Amino acid sequence: MKERAADFLEFDKERGVYRISSEQAVRDDVEKHHWVHVGRTVMKDWRLYLMLVPMLLVFLFWRYFPMYELLGCFKVSDNVLPVSEQLFSGFSYFKRLLVGGDTASTEFWRAMRNTFILSFYGLCFGFPIPIILALFFNEIRSNAARSVFQVLTYLPKFMSTVVMTSLVTMLVKQGSLTTGMGVLNQGLEALGLISHDVANAGLLNNPAFFRSIYQISGIWETAGYDSIVFFAAIIAVSPTSYEAAQIDGADKWAQMRYVVLPSILSTIVIMLITRIGSLLNIGYEKVLLLYNTNTYVTADVVSTFANRYGMGGSAQTGLAAAAEMMNNVIGMLLVIGANTIAKKASNTSLY
Amino acid sequence: MKRKLEISELIFKILSYTLLTIFALACLYPFVYAVSSAISGRSAVEYGSVVLLPIDVQFGAFARMFGDNMFWNAYSNTLFVTLYGTLWAMLTAILGAYALSKRRLLFRTGFNFFLVFTMWFSAGIVPQYLNYLATQKVFNAVGIMDDKWLVVIAMGMAAMNIILLRNAFEGVPSEVEEAAIVDGATEMQVLTNVYIPMSKSTIATVALFFAISRWNGYFWARQMISNQNEHPLQVFIRLRLEEFTNPDTMTGWNYPYASDSVIYALIVCSIVPILVIYPFIQKYFAKGTNVGGVKE
Repeated sequence: MKERAADFLEFDKERGVYRISSEQAVRDDVEKHHWVHVGRTVMKDWRLYLMLVPMLLVFLFWRYFPMYELLGCFKVSDNVLPVSEQLFSGFSYFKRLLVGGDTASTEFWRAMRNTFILSFYGLCFGFPIPIILALFFNEIRSNAARSVFQVLTYLPKFMSTVVMTSLVTMLVKQGSLTTGMGVLNQGLEALGLISHDVANAGLLNNPAFFRSIYQISGIWETAGYDSIVFFAAIIAVSPTSYEAAQIDGADKWAQMRYVVLPSILSTIVIMLITRIGSLLNIGYEKVLLLYNTNTYVTADVVSTFANRYGMGGSAQTGLAAAAEMMNNVIGMLLVIGANTIAKKASNTSLY
Repeated sequence: MKRKLEISELIFKILSYTLLTIFALACLYPFVYAVSSAISGRSAVEYGSVVLLPIDVQFGAFARMFGDNMFWNAYSNTLFVTLYGTLWAMLTAILGAYALSKRRLLFRTGFNFFLVFTMWFSAGIVPQYLNYLATQKVFNAVGIMDDKWLVVIAMGMAAMNIILLRNAFEGVPSEVEEAAIVDGATEMQVLTNVYIPMSKSTIATVALFFAISRWNGYFWARQMISNQNEHPLQVFIRLRLEEFTNPDTMTGWNYPYASDSVIYALIVCSIVPILVIYPFIQKYFAKGTNVGGVKE
């Protein structure tokens, strides 16, 4: 006995017997009582724990079970064998996508690149515009006028992706022998920005225009709504700060530079970090509704790649899931990284 | 100095008004254009001569839409999914968020992580699709043949909304809860009589987030609902758009209105309900997101 549990025992010289060491005894006691405590607490508070159950089940079934399904991308997809008997093939799908050299691999790299470019452009153009809008809103002193502007600019946010993409499709549609082209094509041609042939072919059929259409429609849709948070930060600036700056002779630009910007800087930093965290979360629904075979070159992102490969008639679920998993793992690292930076920078955790 | 201040202020004011007016009009223009095109005559729409105001006003496209049973069917399906989907999501979210807001809850950090992790990492659309297919089989096996219920129950839960609710509940002072318990309130009564009335604004916001995402939901409804009679409005619009913009199927079109007008009429019909309730909900959005947006 002593040999087997030597660490837990010590020799009591006075009584001449081995006893469980006092420290271990306390630890045992705590552990025992702790678990009794757990059981008792849960039983006493069973209503509270019951309230959690529906939510936990929803997340388990429809958020965590898909992660289990994801394990399928490590297996050779052979429908003859049951899943349990399929051989693990290591990282064959990942390898094929990364260095395979076939069509799937080429398209995967193209999709990866497009995902990065689309989200990077979104960051460059989509991020500053709401801030500028909020500065402008602050300039409108009349409440009625500001409400009108706000109501109008928030409005597109509440349109569905389907309605928005349908409108875009109609506005830039191609012309034919019997029908005219979309009204935006006409406008751009009248301004001399595009030639008649390009306008008549339809802008959504031209890979050179896809990214612009995606970004501009995105700004149209969300800029007004995204300005809410910045506007709230700006109106929180105390009027005395402006007065002090005015007495010191600051003109409008100096007030912007030394009063407004420093006050909303923390909001800007937090929103920027959030934005970087969700950099790879491209709205695939929108791409799916706007792209076509002509524009795959610039439009195809990883999610739409996965949609085409994994959910069509000849579904290659393993390949598609592997592609998306790489995208999502990079996305997760970005989120965690961004959150860590946010914590360090401002003591504000986003989650 | 005074003059310089006034001039720079004036310049900035003029700039603000001008640019905001342009942007606001740009936001409004597509909707006006859609209405005008829906009620313009066939040749005007087909030659693309409608720019702002309707030409040769007709209401044939709207009449065709309103006479289409499939359209009303799609509309009622969307109402069904929005109503039950929001109720189901709010029920699970409020109960869960209430429990999570309690400091005495054991493994609170663990449960929180369980939620937040789904915001960090998503399995992707293909595994989700396989999972929904499996769910569909289970639903069919227990006798739920209507795929709308699959959309209602299995889809649309968002961890972010639960966290917004949890933060609002955490803001309720514990003294109020203690007072209610001293007065003999049960757990459920504390929730319904203390917590819910005290966080009305956030609850309204979250309910609207859920409702709008339900009303606008497209992708999964299209993937999972195979029966045409169960399609929600968004799927219906998209299928019509695909059908009507395909030149092959439109060769025999001989109506007094253009096929595009039908699409525009559909778009207008689908956004009218949102436009009607929008002025009433708009103030909640601005307020509620500020209340629960960032957790200090």
